Amino acid sequence: MASLKELSMKEELLCGGHRACAGCAAPIAIRQALMAVDTDVVVGCATGCLEVTTTIYPFTAWNVPFIHNAFENSAATVSGVETAYRALKKKGKIKRDIQFIALGGDGGTYDIGLQSLSGAMERGHDMVYICYDNQAYMNTGIQRSSATPKGASTTTSPAGSAIPTGKKQIRKDLTEVMAAHHIPYAAQASPSNWKDFIRKVEKALAVEGPAFINVLAPCRLGWRFDPAETIDLMRLAVATCFWPLYEIEDGVVTVNHKPRNKKPVSEWLKKQGRFRHLFAPGNEAMLEEIQEDVDGNWNRLLAREAMG
Amino acid sequence: MSKRVAITGNEALAEAMRQINPDVVAAYPITPATEIVQIFADSVSNGRVDTEFVTVESEHSAMSATIGASAAGARAMTATSSQGLALMWEMLYIAAGLRLPIVAPIVNRALSAPINIHCDHSDTMGARDSGWIQIYSEDAQEAYDNLIQAIRISEHPDVLLPTMVTMDGFIVSHGMGNAELLADDVVQKFIGEYEPEHYLLDVENPITVGALDFADWYFEHRRQLADAHSKVQDVVLQVAKEFKEISGREYKLFDAYRLDDAEYAIVVINSAAGTAKTVVDELREKGLKVGLLKIRLFRPFPHKEIAEALSGKKAVAVLDRADSLSLMGGPLYIDLRAAMYDSPGSRVPMVNYIYGLGGRDVNLEQIAGVYDDLMEIAKTGKITQPVTYLGVRE
Repeated sequence: MASLKELSMKEELLCGGHRACAGCAAPIAIRQALMAVDTDVVVGCATGCLEVTTTIYPFTAWNVPFIHNAFENSAATVSGVETAYRALKKKGKIKRDIQFIALGGDGGTYDIGLQSLSGAMERGHDMVYICYDNQAYMNTGIQRSSATPKGASTTTSPAGSAIPTGKKQIRKDLTEVMAAHHIPYAAQASPSNWKDFIRKVEKALAVEGPAFINVLAPCRLGWRFDPAETIDLMRLAVATCFWPLYEIEDGVVTVNHKPRNKKPVSEWLKKQGRFRHLFAPGNEAMLEEIQEDVDGNWNRLLAREAMG
Repeated sequence: MSKRVAITGNEALAEAMRQINPDVVAAYPITPATEIVQIFADSVSNGRVDTEFVTVESEHSAMSATIGASAAGARAMTATSSQGLALMWEMLYIAAGLRLPIVAPIVNRALSAPINIHCDHSDTMGARDSGWIQIYSEDAQEAYDNLIQAIRISEHPDVLLPTMVTMDGFIVSHGMGNAELLADDVVQKFIGEYEPEHYLLDVENPITVGALDFADWYFEHRRQLADAHSKVQDVVLQVAKEFKEISGREYKLFDAYRLDDAEYAIVVINSAAGTAKTVVDELREKGLKVGLLKIRLFRPFPHKEIAEALSGKKAVAVLDRADSLSLMGGPLYIDLRAAMYDSPGSRVPMVNYIYGLGGRDVNLEQIAGVYDDLMEIAKTGKITQPVTYLGVRE
């Protein structure tokens, strides 16, 4: 892949001037992803923060063809675009090579758009779906999603006197759900590890057929942290193994980063306002549970990698 | 060469789609429209079309993918019915708002609950404000002809709106009838190549589709939608004129059957018009001045022309195969009463009959009964019951 110097000289396909919050990881992730593109590209995006902040009429932050359709259908929409490409290319009306990227937040991907995504992956469209996972419905004001981690306080799972723990349920493991579609490429990444992420997007674009990448995207308002610490929070998510970096190529699991000294997950949790209540007396068991979940997931992942 | 065949409505529409040979079709099966998708899939599998066929996992995705394909620059179609159309609801508005010339045959079927697979017009009537052009068809011939014309109407640069062409579920979709089909090359020449002006796959001129409008622009863009609809009528008539040249078949905004000198008129949509025309003929034999107006273009609604055609009648009955539950009658009746409000001359007494919900048959005696009612209203000058549920156990 290109060197950092080369990447820094590439044209920005998602340009500045958009209205995402300071410290928002979503545009960072997508700018990195677009650095992996070497052909023409068409981007689709579900309704959500990324879409509303980048396409306020009469402005657009997209230097590439872009379509937003609705909330739950980014994958179906881009599957239509990709199909049109194949049809028009066959007829000789399109000559160039074009890649297709569908985007969605965790709401548009894990939840309301899961059916549309599953359908598009099963049908085998040649597209890369990237979920920027900020772990709640941030665009509507921080409501819990199935990507929200256990213990997080959101506006629909607030930590209160009757439910002091915040969200009770574990998050859905969407990367595994997508891998179960036996698509040629599925991966989990973090913009803090930009080299790993860009390389994964390159791989995802290179495979024939559908590919899925789940990329962590901290939301400073929803996670409640200092916007200067976005990258640090991603690093900690990786270092604690809360968010393992791994890829599944034709069924073979590779863990891309194994922290030498795996940090306790509380290091990551305590930096975020959404988990503050967990450190109040009485919630020790919940903290332990979260650590057990992280350890269990990490060990299972390593075991799968060892199986080849 | 055109050919005369015995054909069902679904077969006729699948044949029209084969001849249109769209770039992309994304569709999901639903009774009674399933056959259209099935027959078309067979055309794809056997190389009778160049179309890329997307076997989506739902109607919501069918319309979403069709929107994606159309925005990308392809001629894109889908087909559905009833619950499928209901599941597309959100996307119908987006297809129209994005000004995409998608064409979709819709086979009219009742909406749940109770679940029912047979004909009424609740599905498309519910979509009447979605921004789609709606063209209704009495039989397989009309459905076939309308679908081919719809491509030209939708893609006209003054219009750029999606069009749904409807026909009655089972009664027409599965009923065998006579139809004359055009030759493939005639259809191709008539519809021409689709050459969009702005599209996603024109990567050298990148566009953003589906941007966010706040209060400073949304209203203007919705106003433009209404403006586009105001151009539809002229385009429909122009396309019909050209279609007559290739087919010999004449289409207008609506069909006036023995209406000019009629004193009593029924207004009706789709297949029930066939039944009603038989009654008109029988009553005319007896010297009664009865006539019929059959809706073709329902959205946009040719209100002036229809009001003009009905003005001066002694009494008019509007037959709705859908209820609005406003307790003011069905959707066609409500629109027509509004249209007649400004018509010149004295006010025409109008009544409404809601009939045939969930596939309930409407027969000759019932239609004759409606004309009897109209004559009674004209004679007494009194409307005792503005809205009647026809043929239901009360």
